[in-house]
Amino acid sequence: MTKVIKILGTGCPKCQSMTGVVKEVVSENHIDASIEKVEDIMEIMKFNVMSTPALVVDGVITIKGRVPSKDEVLALLN
Amino acid sequence: MFDWVQNIADWIVYDLLNLNKGQHLAEALNFFIYDSAKILILLLVVILLMGMVNSYFPIDKVKNYLSRNKLYGLEYLMASLFGVVTPFCSCSSVPLFIGFVRGGIPLGVTFAFLITSPLVNEVAIGLFVGLFGLKTTIIYVVSGVLLGTISGVILQKLKLERFLTPWVKEVLANAQRDQDLFEAEKQSFSQRLPVIWAEVVKILKGIIPYVLIGIAVGGLMHGYIPEGFFEKYMDKDNLFAVPIATILAVPMYSNASGILPVVQVLVAKGIPLGTAIAFMMGVVGLSLPEAMLLKKVMAIKLIAIFFGVVTLCIIISGYLFNIIL
Repeated sequence: MTKVIKILGTGCPKCQSMTGVVKEVVSENHIDASIEKVEDIMEIMKFNVMSTPALVVDGVITIKGRVPSKDEVLALLN
Repeated sequence: MFDWVQNIADWIVYDLLNLNKGQHLAEALNFFIYDSAKILILLLVVILLMGMVNSYFPIDKVKNYLSRNKLYGLEYLMASLFGVVTPFCSCSSVPLFIGFVRGGIPLGVTFAFLITSPLVNEVAIGLFVGLFGLKTTIIYVVSGVLLGTISGVILQKLKLERFLTPWVKEVLANAQRDQDLFEAEKQSFSQRLPVIWAEVVKILKGIIPYVLIGIAVGGLMHGYIPEGFFEKYMDKDNLFAVPIATILAVPMYSNASGILPVVQVLVAKGIPLGTAIAFMMGVVGLSLPEAMLLKKVMAIKLIAIFFGVVTLCIIISGYLFNIIL
């Protein structure tokens, strides 16, 4: 099943590096997933997060406020 | 406490590089190595400690606490104190602001947090200890916390809700003091440590170039600006020095890491500490990029009032410092 990954962030450097990490993990491990970057603040607030960047996998907030390591992301996606 | 760092610096300069004691270059290099090493060690310790505190009190917990408890006026101080231990990233200020508003936390309390969070942060504290010593650091931290608290109270009294942007007003109308389900991260300390450590390394990596350049520039200035150079222009009796320093500082955007080592030299060369701290607070605490981001949630007028009140409080504390210190 395709995983739906959303990255919430207003465009700060941390958000960009999170996007980079997630994209690398997905392509390196051939994970079936769609990645969407959510930059609109109103959309972001629907998820009720207060610190960005946040990683949402299949509607669940998994990481907020920091850039995860590749291993961490891989563990979350498996 | 840092004698061993001095020994290492001596060893590198006089033995390894075989430079002569008393030579201008040797002394400058020795000073640079000693200062950089000492400051980086202090930064490491402070960032690590703050990271640990933050791991147990993440922002969601802070919000739930402020929104749940009736604190009879103490909430401003609490918000300001929480601001100290929460790492601040200006890109998070908008989601944070909305989160607080949604949790039914009064605007003034939210401001108290937003003011202290960038003003008193782990990097500034680490640098302060290294450059100015413990006593000045404590004074800085305490006054930063009080400044956030008092500005928050003033901003609350001004009843500024009408200057929020329409969609934020809507959030405000639907605000409830409910508890967000907080996935209690029941992790052990050994599970938390790698995550905390990764953050520490990331922060340090980001600021090391600025710190080193700051110390190098400071060292150069140290050698070339004559002792007491600034006293002529900026002595304590000059009433305009503090406001001018603060107002110059607000549009400047820099992190504490680059600017503090330079400020330290300015103080050594005769700028009163209060004036220098006011300048520092203006640079670190208020920034135009943050103002631009806040435009999404506040009318320009509110941002102007917010910055105005904080600037005024910084100027007042600058005068106080100059009187006390």
